[in-house]
Amino acid sequence: MKVVKIKEDNCVYCHLCEVACIVEHSQSKDIIKAFKREERPIARCSVEFNYPVSLSVMCRHCDDAPCMEACQNGSMHRDERGYVVVNPDTCVGCWMCIMACPYGVIKRDTRREVWGLSTKCDLCPDREIPACVEACPNEALTFEEL
Amino acid sequence: MKNLKEYVPPSFIVERDDYRCIRCKACVEQCSFGATFYDEDEDRVWNWNAKCVGCNRCAAICPTEAITIKRSAPTYRYNHNWNTHIDGLKKRAIFGGTPVVSMGNDKPYPIYWDHMLLNASQVTNPSIDPLREPMELKTFLGRKPAKIEVSDDGLKTRLAPQLELEVPIMFAAMSYGALSYNVIEALGRAAKYMGTYYNSGEGGLNKDHYKFKGNIIVQVASGRFGVHKDYLDVGSAIEIKIGQGAKPGIGGHLPGEKVSETISETRMMPKGSDALSPAPHHDVYSIEDLRQLIFALKEATEYKKPVAVKIAAVHNVAAIASGIARAGADIIVIDGFKGGTGASPQVIRDNIGLPLEIALAVVDERLRSEGIRQDVSIVASGGIRNSMDVVKAIALGADAVYIGTAALIAIGCTMCQQCHTGKCAWGISTQDPHLSKRVNPDIASKRLINLLEVWALEIKETMGAMGINSIESLRGNRLNLRGVGLNEKELEILGILPAGE
Repeated sequence: MKVVKIKEDNCVYCHLCEVACIVEHSQSKDIIKAFKREERPIARCSVEFNYPVSLSVMCRHCDDAPCMEACQNGSMHRDERGYVVVNPDTCVGCWMCIMACPYGVIKRDTRREVWGLSTKCDLCPDREIPACVEACPNEALTFEEL
Repeated sequence: MKNLKEYVPPSFIVERDDYRCIRCKACVEQCSFGATFYDEDEDRVWNWNAKCVGCNRCAAICPTEAITIKRSAPTYRYNHNWNTHIDGLKKRAIFGGTPVVSMGNDKPYPIYWDHMLLNASQVTNPSIDPLREPMELKTFLGRKPAKIEVSDDGLKTRLAPQLELEVPIMFAAMSYGALSYNVIEALGRAAKYMGTYYNSGEGGLNKDHYKFKGNIIVQVASGRFGVHKDYLDVGSAIEIKIGQGAKPGIGGHLPGEKVSETISETRMMPKGSDALSPAPHHDVYSIEDLRQLIFALKEATEYKKPVAVKIAAVHNVAAIASGIARAGADIIVIDGFKGGTGASPQVIRDNIGLPLEIALAVVDERLRSEGIRQDVSIVASGGIRNSMDVVKAIALGADAVYIGTAALIAIGCTMCQQCHTGKCAWGISTQDPHLSKRVNPDIASKRLINLLEVWALEIKETMGAMGINSIESLRGNRLNLRGVGLNEKELEILGILPAGE
């Protein structure tokens, strides 16, 4: 199973992974429209910084995913690709997954129509390589077998 | 002297298309010179034009291409005599010191490479197709015997140690300290892959880079930083640096801020103290002294490694080179005045030295006329910009070339000339761990390999067009060069015929 490998030695703290994630999960998938016209989705990866270390963190798709354990109605589930994803149709926004996640990578979707539901990295099901990996200018994120 | 208030207009203007700017603030973090900032109250990204150095990092990283850097139009009344000097005068008046600058001489002196044309074969001397015929780019650097004796058992003549180069292009001396760790790593990997050499510069050699043994030329400069037995053993050749094209007659200076823990270990000096290389080697004041140093280094390495001497191209360079050849050096490196530097006083960089083309021609001519050309190999360095410069340099008499600035540009350098500040936004000439991460050695080494592979291909194509199938046959082959737009004296010094003759 391929996941996003994070190399903090190469992260240049540009936040372009976050930008790419927002664009990928927007309605129009157009960078200007996504940021200026639409209600902007939340970035599912976030860049952490503590000089000189910086790195982009997103869901690790754990084998023993604590978020799945914590989810009371099975909304947090493993899809056919083997990745841990959340079903927004059944998610009730109890945020137990957020409490359980050891990496702090599950967030609340702030858009009005889905206010408060859990959202997390889905490894871009429509793409071969996740948007964040493709956007990283310094190959700090790579999509590979671990 | 107290710094006075600055009244110098900005050199660049950062233009930002506010519609396209999505406030992602990528540019704010990427600008190491503090020229952009985010105003939360206005929700806008603004610029301090005066702080912009024109490195173009922000424009390159901007995901919406919202940023354009423009050169600021002269704000002074036009005066051909004074316009280019006003800023310099003001800076001296404000700071009370001579400005220190980086990179090579940027004055519009003639570029002789661009006034030399290469020959091509036609009917009588057919050209060679490099796709079908083997083309030899392999070069050996080092002292060659005047004649070779062969017996039934093989070669009877004892050969002096040689450097074997798969391509006649090496990476010039750039020290760890001036450049970041990742750049050195990339240079080492590329040199290893391409079967050529990178030069450690005067900064010593980090223990991590001992793995590049077999592809390193180690430098012994006047500061003797990091010179010890292991260091000499790891090098395939030893280079004594007497002068540097960008600052002939000037020593080196690495500011204390750049001397981090690892650099202090590598250079064998206290952390945070300025690394000053004196202008002269304090044991070399004559050719005889140089001979002693050359043989001391040969003795220390059991005569197994060629010793190179690097000099800047200056007025009597031919006589100096002759002396160096007679002092026992195996390789002479001639560094022209377009050569780069991490920091040099502006007046020195811009006004002292000679163009590499001229120096190379006169040195080769002098050594030939004295019958000692085979005693040394010549490496041309300083402002080699493309593969055709390499071909022309070899036709003028060089055995190989060093590239420095070209290699850095391949990695990402945009020639903003701010190396001396240590704030390189591209992570090349900095020791700030957060900035130096910006060079990923995996990517940088691939770029360098691509550059050398393309140049090698271009050189092969050109040699094929000239009907030459070995780089050795091109060396000193000045009949393949013709000058255009040069006066008679220049043609005479370069030793080439004018176009049409």
